[in-house]
Formats: sequence, structure tokens, C-alpha cells
Amino acid sequence: MTINWYLIVSAMIFTIGAGGVLIRRNPLVILLCLELMLNAGNLALIGFSRMWGNGDGQIFALVVLVVAACEVAIGLGIIVALYRRRLPVDVDELIELRG
Amino acid sequence: MVVGFFFFLFAVVALAGAGGVVALRNPFYCALSLVVHLIALALLFLLLEAQFVAVAQIVVYAGAVMVLYVFVVGYVGGGDDPAPLWRASARQRALATIFAAAIFIELAIALLGTALSALSTDGAKLAADYGSPAQIGELLLTDFLLPFELASILLLVAAIGAVALAGRRGGIAEDESNMAPNRGEVYTPAPAATGSMAEGVSGYGVTRPLPEPQLEGRELKQPVRATPEDDSR
Repeated sequence: MTINWYLIVSAMIFTIGAGGVLIRRNPLVILLCLELMLNAGNLALIGFSRMWGNGDGQIFALVVLVVAACEVAIGLGIIVALYRRRLPVDVDELIELRG
Repeated sequence: MVVGFFFFLFAVVALAGAGGVVALRNPFYCALSLVVHLIALALLFLLLEAQFVAVAQIVVYAGAVMVLYVFVVGYVGGGDDPAPLWRASARQRALATIFAAAIFIELAIALLGTALSALSTDGAKLAADYGSPAQIGELLLTDFLLPFELASILLLVAAIGAVALAGRRGGIAEDESNMAPNRGEVYTPAPAATGSMAEGVSGYGVTRPLPEPQLEGRELKQPVRATPEDDSR
């Protein structure tokens, strides 16, 4: 399989994730869709790494993995804090930043 | 030929998993669908000979991160999505579809119009240790030492931030102890310190009462038991 195929799959996953972020209103699912987009980026990075035959792209993908884990931890912390304060878990109703 | 078969198999599974995340109604099923997607993606990484990243993907993502996710969905209550896909307004859905299609078309143009002729090959000839833990470790500790250390600091900061955001201060709030929907009709007040650090450490407040503060002539600065208003700091 040529690298092109992997990049096309990556573009599709990214598109699905972006569409999900725009459509869904539950912040939990929006976080999941963000994960999809990050993973699409990872697939492209690994594909380019394979294309050049050196490992730099894989290091980049690992760093993206770390950043995604941090993002999930903080995002879920915010959602739990929202729930504990009895705020609606719906991004359309959370239009004001003040708590 | 065999590689092609497996590529399409894993790609279809990964895309189906991604579609499930967006389309499924229950956030719990969305999370499980993402697990399927992540495993298929890890297999795609294997096809690209990135063994270490594939294993890291399974362990970190499909393992640790998704467990965290499933727990939070269980805590917040995944049963009823406040806004399922089909209740989003028609205008919002149409706009979202248009924007997503625009992104895909842009990406496709960038792919098709690229001058990188190597994209149409199977990739460069690989060294024997390509993608192995040995190669990754060597790169991390030589060329990419600074990003490696920064990533560790980022993880530490994120862990502290998550605890600060989600942690309770001074035990469960009064009105919160009865919040679980399946607790039944009977009001059963939770003991003090339920859900706080003290409970996990020594069972204070659950099996034995909290120790009285030793004043010794000093003024007591902080209340022993936090009030619900205290939690909103």
C-alpha cells in the first residue's frame, strides 16, 4: 500500500472528528471527537515517518499521544467539576465562562 | 496483496469506529466505539512498521485513557445524552456537514496536488531497527531530549490540574450525598469525609470518627468540616 492511502484514511478520520465536534453537544462526546482528530494527525505523522524511513515522525506521534492524555485528564476534570456544581452538561447552555 | 487486504480491513474498522463515536446516542457506547477505532488504528500503525507507537497506542489510549473515560461517563451518567445527534437543529447539522466536507475537500486537494512524489511509493528502504523501542529510546534521549522532558513536565502539570479541578475539598457536600439516583427512597446521609482523601488513607469518618483538632491555645483557622459553600471555591 502506498503512503497516499494512509493519508486519505487519516483525512477521513479527521473529517469525521471535526464533524462530530460541530454536531454533538455533550462535552464528553466532543472530547472523544477531539481524540479522533488527534489520532488522524498521528496516523499521518506515522505515515510520513514511514515515507522518509526515519523515526522522527514517530517521536512526534508519541508527543501528540502525551498531549492528548493531558487534554483528556483536564477535560474530564472540568466535566466532573461541572457536574458537581449542577451545571448542565451541554455546551450550548454553557455559554458564559463565569462560574 | 496480503498487506492490502489487511489495510482495507483495518481502515474500514477504524472509520466505522470513528463514525460510531459521532453517531451513537449513548456516550458510553461512543467511548467503546472509540476503543474499537483506537485498536484498528494501532494495527494500521503496525502495517506502517511503527511497532513501538502501536503498542504505546494500545496501552496508553485504549487502556489507560479510555478507562478514565468510562469511569467519568459512569459518574456523570451516560444514559441520557442531553443532545443526541438527531435533536441538533437542522441548521446546525447542515452547517456542520458543509464545514466537515470543506475540510475533507481541502485535505484531498492538498494530497492530490502534492509535489511529494514519495507519497506514491511504499516508503523508503528501512533500517533493520526501524520503529523498535531501541530506536525510539535512542532518539528520545539524544535528538529529542528537550521535548521528552517537556512532555514529562506537561504530564505532571496535567495531573495536578485534574486533581485540583475534580477533587473534593473537605468531604462530600450535604446535598450531594443523596445525588446517586439508584440509592433508593431512604435518605442515607454519607459519613463525613466520604469521597475525600481522608477516606482513602485510613477510613477516617467511615469506620472511625474524624479526630478532634488539637487546639492547644491556638485559634482554629479552618473549619473541620467543609460547608457546601466551601466546595465552590
